[in-house]
Amino acid sequence: MSMVQATDLVHEYIRRDEEGNVESINTALNKLNINVEKGEFVAILGHNGSGKSTFAKHINVLLKGSEGTLYVNGYDAADKKNIWNIRQSAGIVMQNPDNQIIGTVVEEDVAFGPENIGIPTDEIIRRVEKSLDKVGMLEHRYESPNKLSGGQKQKVAIAGILALKPKCIVLDEPTAMLDPRGRKDVIETVTWLNKEEGITVILVTHNMDEVVAADRVIIMDKGAVVKEGTPREVFEDIDGLTKLKLDVPQVTKIGDNLRKSGIPISKVILTVDELVEEIATIANVISK
Amino acid sequence: MIRDITIGQYYRTKSWVHNLDPRTKIISTILIVLSLFLFGGLWEYIAAGLFVAIIIKVSNVPLKYIIRGLKPIVILLLFTAICQLFFTKTGTVVWDLGFTRIYSVAIRNAILFTIRIIFLIIVTSMMTYTTTPNSLTDGLEVVLAPLRIFKVPVHDMAMIMSIALRFIPILIEECDKIMKAQMARGADLESGNVIKKAKNLVPVLVPLFISAFKRANDLALAMESRCYQGGEGRTKLHPLKYRKADYIAFSSIVIFIGVQVGIKYFL
Repeated sequence: MSMVQATDLVHEYIRRDEEGNVESINTALNKLNINVEKGEFVAILGHNGSGKSTFAKHINVLLKGSEGTLYVNGYDAADKKNIWNIRQSAGIVMQNPDNQIIGTVVEEDVAFGPENIGIPTDEIIRRVEKSLDKVGMLEHRYESPNKLSGGQKQKVAIAGILALKPKCIVLDEPTAMLDPRGRKDVIETVTWLNKEEGITVILVTHNMDEVVAADRVIIMDKGAVVKEGTPREVFEDIDGLTKLKLDVPQVTKIGDNLRKSGIPISKVILTVDELVEEIATIANVISK
Repeated sequence: MIRDITIGQYYRTKSWVHNLDPRTKIISTILIVLSLFLFGGLWEYIAAGLFVAIIIKVSNVPLKYIIRGLKPIVILLLFTAICQLFFTKTGTVVWDLGFTRIYSVAIRNAILFTIRIIFLIIVTSMMTYTTTPNSLTDGLEVVLAPLRIFKVPVHDMAMIMSIALRFIPILIEECDKIMKAQMARGADLESGNVIKKAKNLVPVLVPLFISAFKRANDLALAMESRCYQGGEGRTKLHPLKYRKADYIAFSSIVIFIGVQVGIKYFL
């Protein structure tokens, strides 16, 4: 069954002048068709203005489309009755960690979601402990969020969403403002949640190194899907990606360059370990 | 560090008063303030002084700290004392200054009014010294809840307060960054008179406001995505609960008021 199903979804940002006349229309989503299955880890790639963040906000009904349909966890996003059901089944983590933390203490922030939907106190305490434990932040429970690092703040934001027991987490460029260590930390947490907890993950990003862990990569441009497949399939076509103003991971590029210069690298390289293994096999063959 | 600043005047220590429920502290403060206005005689103030001294003792807030907090109101105190001294014209003349006369009741009033203001300030600041701004907000939300009958958005106000408290350190840091960035481009923020200085702040305030609005927009989205739908049907991680200490505190307030009534009508 599908977790998120968008059919011909259209979203237009309409700009009006002071008299209310339409000045310009910016079509952010142009008949977008995306289907995400339950338990999948999908990465959505695209350069600035490709509509990927707009789509992320649609999954949470923070925005509504003008045409097309969107179903989240079986609920129709166009129906007002379903808003709270959808927001409970799909949570969103945004780019700036400072702007999405509401509580003045870590545990209070994680409790914000369950408090809103009227969960009894002892159940809230259980959920807060469990969620913080899952992202490895339980020891910071009583600290002020202002004293945490960027990566830790993002993990608190993820815990805040986990406390609502969602089926799906949408991450809208969660690592854009983090240092490399925080980045790695957040992506590892998200991957773990997907593999161990079976939570559907939709990762919106323009950082290529982060999509390697995903089951499927969707590339968006001008509000529509232009390419789709496993990371390996997508990274095969380096030139095509460059045309879409996208880069491939550094190791993939190295592997490709080696192949072009005559070294028989057999497949698309995704990680450093793969490249090392490949080169070792080739070296073995040569030495024999 | 700019991130560590304390907002309000909370004095961090452990004490019996610190552990009280914020509602207890708010209601007690209101009752004591009322009693200070209702029972204005010398003996009543001696009793009140004793009671305030006991509160200070059990709150573990050093007396020095409290006296320092009184400094800003010295001028106000002098002003009220002098007004009382010169404008009260009852009782017997104690002192003839030529241009005016000082009466006996005037001296009595000047002293009692000064003491009253000092007590008022000490009692209300004891509340803020011993309660974190956050639990104060929680307490106010409950204590002011009856105002909802008059359509006062009590929950929303409490939510605004607590969000403001969370964002003050972030915005201070941001302000610091913007000031440094503008200074690096040659902005002069320090020289000149007051008007010039205020004008110089414009290039700091404009970006600060823009970023604050952006943050507000993000925060609103984050709150909505986490199912925030106002105060209706919300539960609490730490619901306010009266404990034994709160009943003891309330009982002592009742006893205190009883003593005041006793002094006023039977002494």
